[in-house]
Amino acid sequence: MSELKQVRKIALTGDEAVAYAAKQADVDVIAAYPITPQTIIVERLSKYVADGELNAAFIQAESEHSAISICLGAALAGARTFTSTASQGLALMHEVLHIASSMRAPIVMAIANRALNSPLNIHCDHSDIMNARDTGWVHLFANNVQQAYDLTIMAFKIAEDPELLLPVSVNLDGFILTHSVEPLEVLSDEDVQSYIPHIPYPYRIDFDRPLAYGVMALPDTYMEFRRQLYEVIIKAPKVFRKASESFSKISGRLYNLIAPYFLEDAEIIVLALGSTVETLRYVARKFRGRNVKIGVVGLTMYRPFPEKEIADTLANAKCVAVMDRAYSYGGVGGPLYTDILSTLYKNGIRTMIADFIYGLGGRDFKLTDAEELFSKLVKSVEVGRFDQDIYWWGVRE
Amino acid sequence: MIEIRWHGRGGQGVVTVGDILARAVILEGRYAQHFPEFGPERSGAPVKAFTRIADEPIEIHSGVYNPDIVVVIDPGMSRDFKLYSEGLKEDGMLFLNLGDNISGVDKSTLPLRVKVYGLNAKKISVEEAGRPIFNIPMLGGLVKVLRMPSLDIIEEVLSKRFSGELVEANIRILRRAYNEVKLID
Repeated sequence: MSELKQVRKIALTGDEAVAYAAKQADVDVIAAYPITPQTIIVERLSKYVADGELNAAFIQAESEHSAISICLGAALAGARTFTSTASQGLALMHEVLHIASSMRAPIVMAIANRALNSPLNIHCDHSDIMNARDTGWVHLFANNVQQAYDLTIMAFKIAEDPELLLPVSVNLDGFILTHSVEPLEVLSDEDVQSYIPHIPYPYRIDFDRPLAYGVMALPDTYMEFRRQLYEVIIKAPKVFRKASESFSKISGRLYNLIAPYFLEDAEIIVLALGSTVETLRYVARKFRGRNVKIGVVGLTMYRPFPEKEIADTLANAKCVAVMDRAYSYGGVGGPLYTDILSTLYKNGIRTMIADFIYGLGGRDFKLTDAEELFSKLVKSVEVGRFDQDIYWWGVRE
Repeated sequence: MIEIRWHGRGGQGVVTVGDILARAVILEGRYAQHFPEFGPERSGAPVKAFTRIADEPIEIHSGVYNPDIVVVIDPGMSRDFKLYSEGLKEDGMLFLNLGDNISGVDKSTLPLRVKVYGLNAKKISVEEAGRPIFNIPMLGGLVKVLRMPSLDIIEEVLSKRFSGELVEANIRILRRAYNEVKLID
């Protein structure tokens, strides 16, 4: 090892970092039900509350459905509200996820991405969040523990922006990030609190000014309500940029909707979500050393989908590879692939593209898997086409 | 970058020891990453964990398959070191918990340049803490050879992790193992 350069970082796991961020955000209400691999997040928060380090109501619900319902009520009452779940827990929340966005409840939820049953599996994939993709939430993805911390703090800024008032999920790969100890820089409590001051929720439940919430809307009005959701969520990229700029002033770290690496002259572009983005980046650097013009794009924001940014990025690509850690069974391909495919078509971009399904149920995406994948891409470019449109990468056949 | 793979059994602190090392390395000012491979979480089941140490940020988020260092915490598994040193680099290091049998290692099955280090973790821990503790002695031996992080920094992490007499006992174990680790010829 070389001479020591002081980097002044602290060591936390992904779960610990998210809990610390929520504590610094000075949340008012936490309602949760434990599920691996997020349990440590709420365990830590319950300890902060019990030790008097965080003045919040910690409510252990009897299920995830109740947990998110409590969050919904608390958020509408004007409380800064946080919860966390994974896998079956997120699935059990599902109906309330739609209600929370449509009722404009600015809840922040960390999702420790984990496979869905059956068979029972506690490890990472993105089936849980993809199942909740179209619920009207803003979905953010962290690539490492630092980002899990940063995005959790930014999520409150985004969710509570008076222009938006929508729930936000922060996704971190189960075990790979939730249980990984990594170095990170944390902000001071003062900086976090000045970044996200408690601002009154404009439509909060007020017994002196009674309002009806979650009303019934028949065919003559329902569509207009849903149109409002459509009109508001497309403002999320603008709100994200604003939140990101002010975050960079206190942290020195600037986030964009997408994170491009080595794209200047990239002929082959690989897109992914979550921790795999960094593994791909590591291997892409090695391939760059061999003069392979390969670039990697991570999506920090997955919903709303950063269509324009992706279209601009892929405009001149010779070959596009999409990494999907989930599948749409019976569909055209994995969820990210179908998004990219639509983006290319809508923007008049014609290029070779394939979907790579990988890492389901925590199957490790090894460096050798990434190397073989990149070699496959190089060969496919040479022959000018892929021999399949969907590859299950690393599956035993 | 140095990649370490830990082997032991559930209940022996396999995950804890790599976690302590990574936190100490980060506290000292380098980059580190630590994560366990979660199999069935049962006492006695074989457990693996991974620690990476580097001067630059670590981007890889996958397991360690070609470690620079393998540390086997369990004495029974240390006897089967061939099994657990799979993928070890040809000039790598292997740390074994050897009990009294500190010199009796048949290295003929290992690549010539692999260095093997041994400790009697049970003797050290029983004498210092009154009960067998296998993980902290192996950490003491490892950091002696790695020459980082400093024992002071590890002690700082230990005192945050444990409380009361256990902190002092672990510090004694750490320091004794640091002094007693042996290169096996």
